[in-house]
Amino acid sequence: MSKTQGSSHDGATAAVMSAANEAVTTATLPTTAAPSVRAVSVSFVLNGREVTWEGDPSAKLLDVLRDDLRLTGVKCGCREGECGACSILLDGVLVNSCMVAAGRVGGTEVTTIEGYCTTERFKVLDATFARRSAVQCGYCIPGMVLAAEALLSANPHPTEEEVRTGISGNLCRCTGYNAIVDAILDASKEGEGLW
Amino acid sequence: MHPISQPVVKKDHTEKMAGSAEYVGDFYSTDMLHARFVRSPHPHARILEICYPELPEGYCSVDHRDVLGENIVHVVEDDSPVFEVDEVFYVGDPVAMIIGPDPQRVKALAAATEVRYEVLSAILDIDDSDTVFFDYHYGRGDCEDAFSEADKVYEEQFSTGYQEQAYLETQGMSARYEDGLLTVHGSLQCPYYVHGAIAKATGLPKGSVRVIQDYTGGGFGGKEAYPSFLAAQLGVAAMKVPGKDVRVVYDRREDMEFTSKRHPSRCTYRAAVKDGRVTALEIDVRFNSGAFTTLSPVVLQRGIIAAPGVYHVPSLKVRGRGLRTHTVPTGAYRGFGAPQTFFAIERLMDHIAADLGQDPLDFKLAHAAKKGDPTSTSGIYHYEVPLPEMVDKVCEMSDYRAKRAAYAKEQGRRYRNGIGIALWFHGCGFTGSGERDFIKAVVGLHKHADGTVEVLACNSDIGQGIKTTFSKVVAAELGIPYDQVSYGNPDTSRVPDSGPTVASRSLMTVGELLRRAAARLREEWVDGQEQSVEEHYHEPDFMLPFSLEDFSGDAYPTYAWGVSAIELRYDSLTGANDIVGCWSSFDVGTPIDLAIVTGQMEGGVLQGLGYSSMEQMATDANGRIRNNSYSDYIIPTSADVGELAVSMHVVEFPFGPYGAKGAGELPLVGIAPAFVEAAEQALGARGINHIPLKAEEALEYLGAAQKEAHR
Ligand code: FES
Ligand code: FES
Repeated sequence: MSKTQGSSHDGATAAVMSAANEAVTTATLPTTAAPSVRAVSVSFVLNGREVTWEGDPSAKLLDVLRDDLRLTGVKCGCREGECGACSILLDGVLVNSCMVAAGRVGGTEVTTIEGYCTTERFKVLDATFARRSAVQCGYCIPGMVLAAEALLSANPHPTEEEVRTGISGNLCRCTGYNAIVDAILDASKEGEGLW
Repeated sequence: MHPISQPVVKKDHTEKMAGSAEYVGDFYSTDMLHARFVRSPHPHARILEICYPELPEGYCSVDHRDVLGENIVHVVEDDSPVFEVDEVFYVGDPVAMIIGPDPQRVKALAAATEVRYEVLSAILDIDDSDTVFFDYHYGRGDCEDAFSEADKVYEEQFSTGYQEQAYLETQGMSARYEDGLLTVHGSLQCPYYVHGAIAKATGLPKGSVRVIQDYTGGGFGGKEAYPSFLAAQLGVAAMKVPGKDVRVVYDRREDMEFTSKRHPSRCTYRAAVKDGRVTALEIDVRFNSGAFTTLSPVVLQRGIIAAPGVYHVPSLKVRGRGLRTHTVPTGAYRGFGAPQTFFAIERLMDHIAADLGQDPLDFKLAHAAKKGDPTSTSGIYHYEVPLPEMVDKVCEMSDYRAKRAAYAKEQGRRYRNGIGIALWFHGCGFTGSGERDFIKAVVGLHKHADGTVEVLACNSDIGQGIKTTFSKVVAAELGIPYDQVSYGNPDTSRVPDSGPTVASRSLMTVGELLRRAAARLREEWVDGQEQSVEEHYHEPDFMLPFSLEDFSGDAYPTYAWGVSAIELRYDSLTGANDIVGCWSSFDVGTPIDLAIVTGQMEGGVLQGLGYSSMEQMATDANGRIRNNSYSDYIIPTSADVGELAVSMHVVEFPFGPYGAKGAGELPLVGIAPAFVEAAEQALGARGINHIPLKAEEALEYLGAAQKEAHR
């Protein structure tokens, strides 16, 4: 993938786009691969594109996505599997990417917010989250949106309680959750047929 | 409802939703250097020597010898160093920093740095403290008389614990020094606080320092003063390695252990009661300030001004102390000293009412201040005090009275319910004359030739929606569409100092300045031309000048009001509780956006519920925070509250934009006393005077209640 210069918005966007646009992306990583560990090559589908990544197989998928593949919509709130900010979909299942070893994702499909935000389903959630003003600081939101996707794809017509349980692994310190829960319930109605 | 309350799509919705908003940890540069602190492992020790390991090329150490300006991080006072010189004062006190390109290696090198210490004796508990940072007194009336004439005197002690802000994004800052300009950007609430702190520590002229707020993943007060420390430390580091970005992003444990949190408190209250009325209060408030003063004076001021609660009590004698211990410095957290004292006064009123055989809510209402009554500091409640109507609303929402009566009569065998209610205020804006004497806020509007208008201010959107509400106010006043107004993340090289993003002041105070600026721009508006206007703060004339000498006068121009009822259900087998519901009425003046305000209220209530029960922070034998992760420091999830309902009551404030008052902090302030009152009823206990109230303790109280019942 292309290296970018300077710490600018443009730099980050360019890197993200290169990961999404190139058919095969290879990244060699100074950050996550300790020199003593044998690097392995891992191929997986990331946001609809095949990528190959090389590095320490025990590296956290969170670091690989953020640092090497520059997908910084994947947030880090704890690195210990407790907050859900780093949530992604792994073969459609919601996981905390800080608890997944990079070596495990070979042959899987990984979806981050950067990929998910181009979908029709996202558009529905985008509209309902906007209407409910469900986004405050925004740090939990990429993970929360993917949690909503995982919930709705398993259960397109959840009750309020099911929504509350479904997103209970994703901490939000700002909102009190009501607006998020309501936005997901609205999406389940307005996105009828999408999930 | 005022038309401006109609919700709009928030200005920063799209980028936050799509994950493209860049927080400080998201920036990328090929030559980024990472920083890691070397911290004291001792609560109090003399530094004898710092021995760095051999540092590979590209890595370097940073310590007090690199501080080119003053080795001081300016907060309110100047006692905190950038890096310690010869003594450390708490576990985690920064001694040095290692910077370099590979974060893992930096971490290893920081761990390999050996600091030799001579351990000194440490004071960890405020009861043992021998240093009083601040000691304030105020009062009125004649307490001595009131106590000697009282029918009955009550005395109780109250204690509250730490509370961690637990913003989802940890603290982080990035600095780069290039061509004589030091640019710092990060997760922060107060760009100009950071700006001043960096200039002092680096010795650079103010014009050579630029501070930019990045998207910030929550603050709640935790990013008021602490970012000044990080920025000073990183600024010093960046000047050692010109042309490179130096960044630190805390991991969660580091953040929870070593950044500021809510002051633990111990309060003693004495009340004189005559003919069923509280005639005097003698109040002693003690806050644990930790090792340095940081924001303690102002937190303590707010705490003691709120100490008598919403009640009109003729005689008062109030003392407040901020005490030094060898523990992590405490600081700002939503509510800023008031949650501690409101906990005390509300519990005390409940207990006096119970002892007098009165309904606690009626007892409180009978004592509540009204418009025109004196405030605790002999100022005046200039505007309507809407507590009676708000109480009615909350009673209707919660069915408080019927439930309170029912649970007093009968409880289930396994499940036991209780309901409690609390009344409180939050003084809007800075305490006293800070706004007039220190902040002197300035705002600007810049109109481009195409008719779009840019807001020039430095209040940061940390999730509370200030980008949106500022834009709404300006658009409404100019009579132009909301989309035509923009407000980006503040950058001190472009925007004036409109003051910090604290004290629930941004919208009420700075928003009003913007409204006035917009009114002027509307008059001067010329199509097709670039135009700028500026506006400066003036204190409203109606205020009685506040004196910090004797705490007299109007501490605040106006007050936001809160009433919450909380119902709990305890399982007597496990001691666990369900929060059945929390019903609240809040008056923050005109909501500039109903959806935003509602979200603020709900979020604040939930933090208050956490403060009451699950958010526990214990320390080890060295005073070091033990609960340092989300698995040990539990914050509420989406599944933790049955019903969380909020209703807005509106008393317009004529000096806030469109009648708006302060909002952000209010909802947290009085939740804990309502929670504990509910717990007391459910558990059949008396005199629970501390928070957090743990499940294990609930079992003990239940055991005691059951023994009592079988006797
Ligand atoms: S960062 Fe992965 S769960 Fe918190
Ligand atoms: S919006 Fe801030 S953590 Fe959820």
